[in-house]
Amino acid sequence: MSTLQFEDVSLRFAGGERPAVNRVTCQVNSGEIVVILGPSGCGKTTLLKMVNRLYEPTEGAIFLDGVNIRQRAATQLRQQIGYVIQQSGLFPHMTVADNVAVVPRLLGWPKPQIQARIDELLALVRLPPGEFRDRYPAQLSGGQQQRVGIARALAGNPGIMLMDEPFGAIDAITRTALQDEILRLQGQLKKTILFVSHDVEEALRLADRILVMRLGEVVQFDTPFNLLTQPADDFVYTLLGADDMVRQLGLLRVASAMMALPPNYSNGHNPTLSHCDSLRDALSLILRTGAPALTVLKEGDPVGLLTLDHIRQSAVVREGSPQ
Amino acid sequence: MSYLISHPGDVLTLLLQHLRMTGIALGVAIALSVPLALLVTRLRWLAVPVLGGLGVLYTIPSLALIIFLVPLFGLNATSVIVAMVLYTQVILVRNLTVGLAGINPAVLEAARGMGMTVAQRWWRVQVPLVLPVFLAGVRIAAVVAIAIATIGAKFNAGGLGKLLFDGIQTNRYDKIVAGSMAVAALALTINGLLLALEYYAQPQRRWQKET
Repeated sequence: MSTLQFEDVSLRFAGGERPAVNRVTCQVNSGEIVVILGPSGCGKTTLLKMVNRLYEPTEGAIFLDGVNIRQRAATQLRQQIGYVIQQSGLFPHMTVADNVAVVPRLLGWPKPQIQARIDELLALVRLPPGEFRDRYPAQLSGGQQQRVGIARALAGNPGIMLMDEPFGAIDAITRTALQDEILRLQGQLKKTILFVSHDVEEALRLADRILVMRLGEVVQFDTPFNLLTQPADDFVYTLLGADDMVRQLGLLRVASAMMALPPNYSNGHNPTLSHCDSLRDALSLILRTGAPALTVLKEGDPVGLLTLDHIRQSAVVREGSPQ
Repeated sequence: MSYLISHPGDVLTLLLQHLRMTGIALGVAIALSVPLALLVTRLRWLAVPVLGGLGVLYTIPSLALIIFLVPLFGLNATSVIVAMVLYTQVILVRNLTVGLAGINPAVLEAARGMGMTVAQRWWRVQVPLVLPVFLAGVRIAAVVAIAIATIGAKFNAGGLGKLLFDGIQTNRYDKIVAGSMAVAALALTINGLLLALEYYAQPQRRWQKET
C-alpha cells in the first residue's frame, strides 16, 4: 500500500497553448481507488503518466510514500509501480507466463519464486495456469489479455497500480466483468489504485473517490455520492448526469433508507434483499415483483423493511439538498 | 547436369568461391545496415534521403555498378563484394526501419512503464519483435547477392558464374546448364534455410500456423 501526493504539479508540453496539467494538488490515500475522470484532452492520462515518470512535470513535485519520485531512478521506480494500459500492451513474442514474469525477472527474483508467482497470479485473475501459461497473447480474447495485463502489473507486488483506461477497448459485458474483478481483487489485495477513465458508469462503480478534470485542472475531488449530490459546478453536474435519479439511487445503500423491523413483524412472503444492495436494486425488485414491501437481510437475518415510500423519500431528500 | 557429376571438384571450388563472396558481402551489409537503420529510426528526416539514395543505387544495373567500382577496388572479388553490399543495403535498411516502426507503440510503452532500461527494451522487446522482418530482408538480400556474385565471374572474382561465362564463350552448352542449375540450387537452398530461420524466430506465429 502506498500514498501518493501531487503538490502543485503542472506540465506544459513544448508548443502547447495551455498547460496539459495545471497546478494539481491532491492526495491519494493508501488502499484507495481513485478514478481520474474527464473528457479527452483534459490531462488525465498525462497526470497518470507523471507518477511513473513517463512524463516529467515542469513544475511541482509528486511524492510516493512521502518520497519525491525524482529522487529515485526512473526504471527502479517503475518496477515498483503496477502499470496497465488500454491495449494491454502484452509482449506478443512472449507466452502468458513470460509476460507475467517480466518485472520479477527485472527485480532479479530467484527462478522458483518467479514460477510460483506466475501460477499464483494467473489463478488470482482466474486464468487456470495449466491452460494459459504457455499461450501467446494472440491466442487470448481481449478480456483475457487484459486479465494477463493486470496479473503482469501485480507481479512485482507493487503498492500502487496505475491503470490507463484499461477497459476502454473492451466490449460492455466483458468490461463489467473486469470491473467486478478489479473490485474483488481490491478486496483481497488493498492496493492504492489510480485509474483513468472517461466512462462515468465505470468511475461510479469503481471509485472510492473521483478526481474530475477539465482542461488540465482539477474541478472536483470527492466521493461519487458527494459528486452527484453536491457537484461543484455545471460541468461536473452534466458530466456525471447528476439529474439522473435512478443513478443516484444506485449509489445509496438499502441500509440508509430502510425502517427498523416492527415488533410484530412476521415475514410471510416479502421478497428479500441484502442490506448492502443499492436502492436502485430495491426499486427494481419492487417494480418487478409488485410487492408492497421488501425485507432487508443482514447475513441472512431480517433487519428491516423497505417500501416504495422509503425510496421516494430518499430521492426527495437528495433533490432538496443544496448544490 | 552431366558436367556437375563429371567435375565435382571444379564445381565445389567455384561453389565455395561463390559462397565466400556472398557470405562476406552479407556480413558487411548486415553490420552496416543495423546502425544505418537505427539512425534513420532516431532521425526521421533522414529516412527519405537515405532510403531514396539507396533506392537509386538499386536501380543501377549490377554490371554497370561493378564497372564503376573496378577503378577503385581493382579487377577482383572486392569490387563485386562492394557492389553486393551496396545493392543489399536498401533491402536490409528498409526492412529493419519498417520493422522497427511497425512495433505496436503500446508494447513499447508497456516495456518502458514496467521499468526496462533502454538496453533491456532493445534486447528483450525490439530485437525479438523485429527479427522475423529483418530475417525476411536478409533472405531477399541473400538471393540478390547470389545473383550478383554470378556476374562477378566476368570480373575475375570466380564463383559459379565462371561456368556460365566459360560455357557461353566456348559454346559448351553442358557448362551453361551446369552453371545455371548450380546457381539456382544455391539460391533455393539459402532461401529455404533462411525461411526456416525466420519461422523459428517467431514462436507466436508458429502457433497460428499449427492450428
